[in-house]
Amino acid sequence: MIKTNKKTPKNIILSLENVSISYGTFEAVRNVFCNFKKGNITSLIGPSGCGKSTVLRSLNRMNDLIPNCSLKGTVLFDGTNIYDKRVDPVEVRRKIGMVFQQPNPFPKSIYENIAFGARINGFTGDMDELVESSLRKAALWDECKDKLNDSGYSLSGGQQQRLCIARTIAIEPEIILMDEPCSALDPISTLKIEETMHELKKNYTIIIVTHNMQQALRVSDMTAFFNAIEYEEGDGGKVGYLAEFNSTKKIFNSPKEKTTQEYISGKFG
Amino acid sequence: MNSLYYQKRLSRNIGDKFFTSLSVICALIAILPLIFLVTYILIKGGSQITPELFTLEPNPPGDDLDAGGINPALIGTLIITTIASIIAIPVGVGGGIYLAEYSKGGAFPRFIRFGVNVLAGVPSIIAGVFIYALIVSTKILFGSMYSGLAGGMALSILMLPTVIKTTDEGLKLVPNELRYASLGVGASMYTTILKVTLPSAFRSIATGVVLGIARAAGETAPLIFTALFSYYYITGFGDLFYEMGSLAVLIYNFALEPYDAQNKLAWAASFILVLSILSVNIFSRILAAFTEKTKRV
Repeated sequence: MIKTNKKTPKNIILSLENVSISYGTFEAVRNVFCNFKKGNITSLIGPSGCGKSTVLRSLNRMNDLIPNCSLKGTVLFDGTNIYDKRVDPVEVRRKIGMVFQQPNPFPKSIYENIAFGARINGFTGDMDELVESSLRKAALWDECKDKLNDSGYSLSGGQQQRLCIARTIAIEPEIILMDEPCSALDPISTLKIEETMHELKKNYTIIIVTHNMQQALRVSDMTAFFNAIEYEEGDGGKVGYLAEFNSTKKIFNSPKEKTTQEYISGKFG
Repeated sequence: MNSLYYQKRLSRNIGDKFFTSLSVICALIAILPLIFLVTYILIKGGSQITPELFTLEPNPPGDDLDAGGINPALIGTLIITTIASIIAIPVGVGGGIYLAEYSKGGAFPRFIRFGVNVLAGVPSIIAGVFIYALIVSTKILFGSMYSGLAGGMALSILMLPTVIKTTDEGLKLVPNELRYASLGVGASMYTTILKVTLPSAFRSIATGVVLGIARAAGETAPLIFTALFSYYYITGFGDLFYEMGSLAVLIYNFALEPYDAQNKLAWAASFILVLSILSVNIFSRILAAFTEKTKRV
């Protein structure tokens, strides 16, 4: 392990220190400081274009896949800067899994969808058992135990998303990132995913981006409110920043910032 | 008050009718050569088809009325096309993977894409002359000059652009979400390509490969400079290093002969060649249609 910072408190699993992310010359989000607690569900909320998804993707180096995307500052995971030159992004993604906005199962069987990640991560144990336990944790086992060899696409949207969660769990990550996991789903599927998240909280740290404030209120312990302001330079473009970060209760009941209050009460966004 | 009814004599309606009929006529004229060509060859060549055609060697022109068969040329075309595929498919698919998956935009991939387009436009005879200069005249292949191997190489140059382009385009059609999914569970780039993206793009790549093969199989000019022609049965592995017959060159040679028997053989060979290229093309269409249907399974 590459130790770069020993000051990080023990229960902080991931911390952003002065992170700014740009796409080419366009700065998407600026000067973010943020600590994510172990075993918590933290939600990132804010209006469109405030950079919350960008921040989320930066946490497991998914931004590497976007051409021209660059990051300044440090992202500390267990005391290691994951943007250190010596860090292998593949290792980072094995420890910090991700669930995407659109359910994206592999064009393989349900069983293979889960076994794929485990196998490439060198899993040698009982694969059947792993598939079952992952599906159970994602609350999908009862619905698909009889059709494990069917294509992942044969499932409904909500089931597919839970399959993606199960697939992520199967690689035993420490953190699960979720990028608006319910935006493509109906309310019932959303509820099931939220229940799943409550279950997962026991073993994993979850960071979720959501546009649905009720969802943030229902599932998360901590909430980070991102906002976008116009550049001081005044060319009309907007840059995102972390406006307020506190426990979900405080953000929703007694926010310190006026903009937070306005966003939560639906005045903009 | 203007009526809402359609008025035939209105100049815009007359103009509309005129241009509609004009474009239909042009479309019909465009398809006519294909219809005439295929029917003509089917009639002229179809009548020459006999079982012996597929088993006999062609007779040298002039000494008797029976021209023999096209067995060596048929087998030769198969062998030369196979050699071309063995060279062009790995290189082309590999190059396509680089363009679609690894290159991040910039001068080098743009140069390669440009180069591939130029290569696709190179006249086939140039590919033949190039291999002639590189392989045949230098005797670099174990001292052999004209050979089936050299012919395969020349055809592979013609196949390469098709294979690279379809691989590149086929891989680009694979949704990025699928790549993210794989990388998101900690797969490396190469596992992702090998296990997720390539299988998803397999059918469109296969379609491109089949089209490339169809194009190469009918080429004559590159083979005149490289494989030349042979009257004799292909009997063993060693024949790869000697002149090798092919359907295209057989047609070229025998259609120019003054003897009727040889001309008829050329027609028969044309029939076989057109029929096989047509069926390969249809096969690729079926493959492509199949791809459409099963894109999300």
